[in-house]
Amino acid sequence: MTQINVRVDGVSNTDDVEPRTLLVHYLREQLGKVGTVVGCDTSNCGACTVHLDGAAVKSCTVLAVQADGGEVTTIEGIAQEGVLHPVQKAFHEMHGLQCGYCTPGMIMASIDLLKENPNPSETEVREGIEGNLCRCTGYQNIVRAVQQAAGEMAGSAPAAETTGAQS
Amino acid sequence: MTVTEDAADLAPAKEVGKARRRKEDARLITGRTTWTDNMVLPGMLHIAVVRSPVAHAKITNVDVSAAKQAPGIIAVYTGADFAEEQGSIPCAWPVTPDMVNPGHPSIAVEEVNHVGEAVAVIVARSRTAAADALELVDVDYDLLPPVLDMEEAVKGEADLCHDHIESNTAYHFVFDAGEAGTGADTEQAFADADVVVSRRFVNQRLIPAFMEPRSVVVQPQGDNFTMWSATQIPHVLRVMLAMVTGIPEHKLRVIAPDVGGGFGGKLQVNPEEVIALLVARRLGKPVKWTETRSESLMTAHHGRDQIQYIDVAADREGNVKALRVRLLADMGAYLRLITPGVPALGAFMFPAIYKFPAYRFECDGIFTNKVPTDAYRGAGRPEATFAIERIMDELAVELGMDPLELRRRNWIQAQEFPFTTVAGLEYDSGDYDAATQQALELIGYDELRAEQRRRRESNDPVQLGIGFSTFTEMCGLAPSRVLGSLSYGAGGWEAASIRMLPTGKVEVVTGSTPHGQGHETAWSQLVADQLGVPFEDVEVLHGDTAVSPRGMDTYGSRSLVVGGTAVVKAAEKVVAKARKVAAHLLEASEDDLEFADGKFSVRGTPGTSMGIQEIALAVFAAHNYPEDVEPSIDADATFDPVNFSFPHGTHICAMEVDTETGMVKIRKYACVDDVGTIVNPLIVEGQIHGGLAQGIAQALYEEAVYDADGNLTTGTFVDYLVPSAADLPHFDTGNTVHAAPGNPIGAKGVGEAGCIASTPAVVNAALDAVRHLGVSDIRMPLTPERVWRALHEGGDGGARATAGTNAYGGAQTETTAGVSTPQSSLGGDR
Repeated sequence: MTQINVRVDGVSNTDDVEPRTLLVHYLREQLGKVGTVVGCDTSNCGACTVHLDGAAVKSCTVLAVQADGGEVTTIEGIAQEGVLHPVQKAFHEMHGLQCGYCTPGMIMASIDLLKENPNPSETEVREGIEGNLCRCTGYQNIVRAVQQAAGEMAGSAPAAETTGAQS
Repeated sequence: MTVTEDAADLAPAKEVGKARRRKEDARLITGRTTWTDNMVLPGMLHIAVVRSPVAHAKITNVDVSAAKQAPGIIAVYTGADFAEEQGSIPCAWPVTPDMVNPGHPSIAVEEVNHVGEAVAVIVARSRTAAADALELVDVDYDLLPPVLDMEEAVKGEADLCHDHIESNTAYHFVFDAGEAGTGADTEQAFADADVVVSRRFVNQRLIPAFMEPRSVVVQPQGDNFTMWSATQIPHVLRVMLAMVTGIPEHKLRVIAPDVGGGFGGKLQVNPEEVIALLVARRLGKPVKWTETRSESLMTAHHGRDQIQYIDVAADREGNVKALRVRLLADMGAYLRLITPGVPALGAFMFPAIYKFPAYRFECDGIFTNKVPTDAYRGAGRPEATFAIERIMDELAVELGMDPLELRRRNWIQAQEFPFTTVAGLEYDSGDYDAATQQALELIGYDELRAEQRRRRESNDPVQLGIGFSTFTEMCGLAPSRVLGSLSYGAGGWEAASIRMLPTGKVEVVTGSTPHGQGHETAWSQLVADQLGVPFEDVEVLHGDTAVSPRGMDTYGSRSLVVGGTAVVKAAEKVVAKARKVAAHLLEASEDDLEFADGKFSVRGTPGTSMGIQEIALAVFAAHNYPEDVEPSIDADATFDPVNFSFPHGTHICAMEVDTETGMVKIRKYACVDDVGTIVNPLIVEGQIHGGLAQGIAQALYEEAVYDADGNLTTGTFVDYLVPSAADLPHFDTGNTVHAAPGNPIGAKGVGEAGCIASTPAVVNAALDAVRHLGVSDIRMPLTPERVWRALHEGGDGGARATAGTNAYGGAQTETTAGVSTPQSSLGGDR
């Protein structure tokens, strides 16, 4: 066992992990951060995407020990004080999800994409999220959502929507 | 402004037709979900499954001693340990009386029949301990030759997939319109025809590849068991598990919590669900099994996999005269829940929207040493639609006709509905011409044809093609009596309940279990309109046999058509019951009451009214209600449709083909679908998009490939090419609306339409681009290599696109399987 210190969604944690433990399994099984999910074995699907020190990583491709001393943000940590992140809001508004299994990873990857390219074209969005697979939506509404969020994040302060608000 | 218009302005807008944002999203976009694998119970043990590395063998010995000694291992079970109680995975659809079912143990006992079949089960304290012990189980196999090729498997001297049955053929199913009295003599029609076009199409094996891997948790409580499973069918699963294991049905509760997609792939009674239940019973402890992605691709059922021999007869003017279809349908090694029924369901869709006077269909279900096939989005209808829409193009070429003109000449006219087809189905409503006109405008047809001409004339290395698919499908599964006549083991009804809570809030219980379709939102819209209550006041409950005791679940584009109708019927009963209470409380005659916008009012007495939500409180208090009624306005309904519904549409694909590299690229895709009345346009559009993605993926990307030894070589997402956002085009979608007459909503079903329609449009487009270069067929998926080979070497591009690579069957496997064939040593069976 190896001891690691990781800050996850604003909470500091000190835990013993097996050196082989993947970050995603540490998040899900030791911290109960089950909002982040596992979709494949080969880092193709991106369902497990989180932010490690501000950059998107596939948490099935990172060992928990590699996150030692780091700061992790998951889908559970991006809404601030009950206000949805603009990307979360846009996925809801543009119907960018159906079953929702890929959604946590898709949202985390999209936030990272918009950080690097705040005003992406349709092609840039499609290429920017090609590491994340969705089986339900055909991606068109995901692309719309990312572009809508880009517009909102570029504009004035977004209208607040509380977590859990519907329609 | 008239009084009438004022009243209309004041009335609340109808919910049906509104692009309501989904109620489901709140938990899904914030990670507050309840996937089965999230479940942790005190004392829970973890299951890992030891799987066969060979396609066909006798098991001579299973040594579990080393695994049992490993740290954290609670138990190790083999097939022999459960042989007496595991029964057989059920097959609910014996399509012919003499269908051969070899039986399907959840854990192999004496032989294995496909790679990935369970041979032993590890039960451990942790997920990792279970996984670590997998390789400590030592299984001895006595290898048998694998049966992998259907056309070989039906030959007299073929090796057998199951040596205890006589052949590799499970059944021979025939529908002959002449014999059924729905058409003329097919053989005679072919004999008399001016033109006959015959083709052999390969509809390749696909993998549903839902994003959430399968997962099951079982908690024993005394002699009761609660199962959480990532399933589409908790209700069907409960019945089937009771029948298979002998655990009484009333001791079994099945819950489908949040389920991450299914597409038919979770319409199954899985061996691992049976195993988890039996292990939990044996140990008296809660257990969990969650698959890895490679386990999922290798062992969850596959879809499609047909070889289609199709003949069409016509006169020189392009009037179709007869259709003849013969299928070899790959069952895989076993018959699962509806394995044999999938191609048989397709039998009724081959004539599609065309007025064939004669039709004969024959299908052989063939066993091979591969994972079983079963439902995958469309289940029989995409295969049929592909074959008919492909051969209509081939016939057009033969006749020198425009492919759209040929279709127009033969399709059912708008004024001919309802129309009974040569397959005996009564198509309900539609207008194929209107949808086609709209689609042509949407895609900018004339300009694309002009560009195509320019590229042809200039010998542009990038050629442009345009492909059509004018499709219909049968949805709303299904009228129970029809299912009975097809020997299906259950009905096709759906149940709903509405509970009016004292505070006026409404609980809607549906038997149709969603896994991404948005039932909570659409059902709320239906109920808000029916009861005149706010959308926000409705909660939709589902997916738990204790909460929603009766249901047939979600598949076959049935939920809104059948399940939604049950909800509407239940709401009508609630209103009828509330009317009696309202009459009593308002001291009026029932006949004098009007119900609108959630309120009962007395005709001719302005200002006297009572809301249905107030009545809910009044019957809860029950201080004052009519003598002859119960103090409740709750109601249940079960709806059994009398006919299927028949969505239709026109899909047009414009495809660029690079003749130098074989690369294909969808330039534009437009479709106009008629799915009947649209309850939520946002959800409908989303369903079309998702269906298009999967149908296009069959045409261009996806194929489950087995090598010559029976190893699945597309067992990860590296090799099984689920498309990404960058692999798919923008879709231009539209609708025409012809309400379905068979249900009060008017809905026809939308879940499968895009997937059924799109595949042939894409392939037809690619062929249209290169047909003048001598190409008349390209095998799906249209990989660049296949397209290049078809262009430069002739033929259809070959059975295996990229022999010698890991993805396409080239892996050298003699050392692991011990079986070597000339093909395997050459790198695949191309």
